[in-house]
Amino acid sequence: MTLDQLKPGSQARIVHLAARDKLGQRLMDMGIYPGLRLEIVRNAPLEDPLEILLDGYYVSLRHEEARFVEVERL
Amino acid sequence: MTSKDRQAALAGQPNCGKSTVFNALTGASQHVANYPGVTVDKLVGSFRHNGTKVELVDLPGTYSLTSYSPEERVTRDFLLHEKPGLVINVADASNLQRNLYLTFQLLEMDVPLILNLNMIDVAKARGHEIDAEKLSRRLGVPVLPTNMKSGQGKKELLEAVSGTIARAEGRTSRIDYGDIESFIRELVDVLSAEPALADRYPLRWLAIKLLEEDREAQRLLVDGHPEADRVLADASAKRKAFEAAYGKTPEQHVAGRRYQAAADVAASAVGRSDLGKRPFSDRIDGIVCNRYLGPLILVGVVYLLYYLSIVQGYNLTNYTWPLLARLRTLVEALAPAPGFIEIPLIRAFALWFVDSINALLNYIPIFFILFGLIAILEDSGYMPRMAFIMDRLLSRYGLHGQSTLPMVLGGVYVGGCAVPAVMSCKGIPDERSRLATILIIPLLNCLAKVPLYVLLINIYFAQHKGLAMFFISTISLLFALPISKILTLTVLKDKETTPFIMEMPPYHLPTVRGVLVKAWRRVWLFLKKITTIVAAVAVVIFVLLQFPGLSAERLADYNGRKDQAVAAFMAAIQGTRFAGRIQEDHLMDLVGYWDEYKDAKMTAGNQAALDELKQRFEARDPDFYRIVQPGGDQEAQKANRAFKKLDRSRREILMAMRQERLNQSFLGRLGQAIEPVTRFAGFNWRVNVALLSALAAKESSVATLGALYQQEGSGQSLEQRMAEGEKGFSSLAALALMLFMVLYPPCVATTIAVKLQSGSARWMLFSMFYPMILGLAVATLVYSGGLALGLDGRQAMYAFYGLALAVTVAMGLIKNRAQTA
Repeated sequence: MTLDQLKPGSQARIVHLAARDKLGQRLMDMGIYPGLRLEIVRNAPLEDPLEILLDGYYVSLRHEEARFVEVERL
Repeated sequence: MTSKDRQAALAGQPNCGKSTVFNALTGASQHVANYPGVTVDKLVGSFRHNGTKVELVDLPGTYSLTSYSPEERVTRDFLLHEKPGLVINVADASNLQRNLYLTFQLLEMDVPLILNLNMIDVAKARGHEIDAEKLSRRLGVPVLPTNMKSGQGKKELLEAVSGTIARAEGRTSRIDYGDIESFIRELVDVLSAEPALADRYPLRWLAIKLLEEDREAQRLLVDGHPEADRVLADASAKRKAFEAAYGKTPEQHVAGRRYQAAADVAASAVGRSDLGKRPFSDRIDGIVCNRYLGPLILVGVVYLLYYLSIVQGYNLTNYTWPLLARLRTLVEALAPAPGFIEIPLIRAFALWFVDSINALLNYIPIFFILFGLIAILEDSGYMPRMAFIMDRLLSRYGLHGQSTLPMVLGGVYVGGCAVPAVMSCKGIPDERSRLATILIIPLLNCLAKVPLYVLLINIYFAQHKGLAMFFISTISLLFALPISKILTLTVLKDKETTPFIMEMPPYHLPTVRGVLVKAWRRVWLFLKKITTIVAAVAVVIFVLLQFPGLSAERLADYNGRKDQAVAAFMAAIQGTRFAGRIQEDHLMDLVGYWDEYKDAKMTAGNQAALDELKQRFEARDPDFYRIVQPGGDQEAQKANRAFKKLDRSRREILMAMRQERLNQSFLGRLGQAIEPVTRFAGFNWRVNVALLSALAAKESSVATLGALYQQEGSGQSLEQRMAEGEKGFSSLAALALMLFMVLYPPCVATTIAVKLQSGSARWMLFSMFYPMILGLAVATLVYSGGLALGLDGRQAMYAFYGLALAVTVAMGLIKNRAQTA
């Protein structure tokens, strides 16, 4: 499944990044890379974007960007 | 030691406290410069330690060093080409692993490095114990922990900087990239066959970047290698071979290894006792980003920002305006004195110039408060939350979550200012959204558009004032959003976009110093860059409004009217005791005396001051005083009446001359020349002239209309005069005029800001012309369409509002170009 399908409160491990170039690089540079555990914290008031907790810091991204992050639910 | 060796640079990820370090090290000695070709600010400061003067460059905060964003390109280019003597890598100690990801990339670029672990107190509070010595051994660079907010560790950092900067660096660690190492080595061998290249760039870094197919690195190779094509083909083949063998791209692999190395190093040097408690910031976000409370809080913050800066700042200008008025008085006194009807050109120009500059300087209290509040929002960490809440709505129109603040400043409801709004677009990371935001801000309702709305609503929509005001306040947003979408789909469609991915940093308490420094820096930028250019443009507008001036024939005519008025006055005082006292040639003395007395009386606060004033004027000239203040003296009353009549005649002649000069001027002729076109929008030539003169500053549209509709000797208000004087000017034409004002081109100050923020004169010109054409089209649609359908102003207003709303909703539904992987 992909990151945009997860509900707030759920935890997951990143399996694969399907994005390349700018989006893929940006995801990795912000610390979103395969093997890492994350938690969905909340959605924005209008659903999009969503906020996730990585290793001690918080990052928000749009659902259309989260589509490219393949995860497995923990 | 060359000067380059004494140059140090600050590098680090966003939110690591880098600007605190920069301020703490350099104090007040900073200035803003530009990197060539981009709109990224370059902050430069300096400090002296142990007799060594060090120039410190604050590089933009970046998470990585790719070539995908202007900030990263600027940082990388600086390190590659300027080769600073030392790089101080500021890292957030509480987020060590992610920060080390950048540290490893800096090390790869072979720059002499010091690692500054900032915010060590935050790390401690989170239960992280960092062994700086161990970290230093693992990385091979000095590691200095600091808490710059309190100044802890600053001395040691300075010692390390002046110590390291003087000598060559030791051995630093390098990451073992595992599977890809053999590919890197082979490519390095190929590259080292060209010795000139090795002198200029770190080859291992270049090899990795070429395997990653980094555009800028490829360009460096093309510039520096005679057989670049062959090397590029080689790198490309290696990249394909790696991908085929390992099922991932080199950049994915490299990033993964970097994080692994960072995790290793962090694990060995940081003792973590997880406190298992939800961070305070996240608990705040539970409220601030809450589905229902979040938007409410946002509206509250926006209202407070608006209230404190625009409303209270405006009140503050009541205290600062007298200072500017004193400047004007000074100029008035120094300029050549006016004649009875001849105003010397130098005097007219000097006063015009001062008025133009004062109009801008008057905004400084507002700007100072505004920039201070923005700095508080930035430093506290609320800005990303604002973007988080608004992004969904704004991104539908090609804007960005971070367009919220600029739009609020520009006047989302009524009363903003486009200058700070455009200047605050700097923070929007997405180039396309940033340009879209910059281009639609002038469509919002800035303070200067309001007087014309109020004037027209009071005349033509007097029965429905509230409704009309609501219409005009919200219609601007219904223009801005669809137009932004249209621009995004057309002229901006090929502009660079950036993923939204944004860190939500912990909340911080802003420091007074940090806020004041930022506010002052921005006000100074406004003064330096914008006011100077506005001054230059004021000269041009003056020429357009003044020349070619009145013909000799017309001047003779006015002189004839003057002579008549003067003769009437002299005849009236004939036979009084003032007759011999006042000569025809010295009439101006009396005029000056009269004006001064009236002005002084206005500002006299109480009875005692008034009495003192009267005594002073009486002592100066008893005869003049009698004419001004006749009391029961019959002869003096007669002279007083005669003089009042003369004074009125003089003002009428001056006004008529000014009006005629304006009509005859280049701008006036243009207004008349375009009347055949603007007729369909309901504008006659007088309105055209008013609109053209408003190009310098919109406030003047009402003043020019006032001058054009001036009728001799009438005590009527401008409202009454316009309503009477223009039978053909209907509520429909007024509506068209208001809509044109909404879409009016930005003022000179704003266009300069657009040039600074978009980095190009082309966009500046575009921002001036597209609203003009669009405004004329809309006004024509409303006026000619309304006429054809037989609508009055109010009906046309409802119809147009419905249309605009429908277009806005429809535009929101059109899909943006999908994100490509």
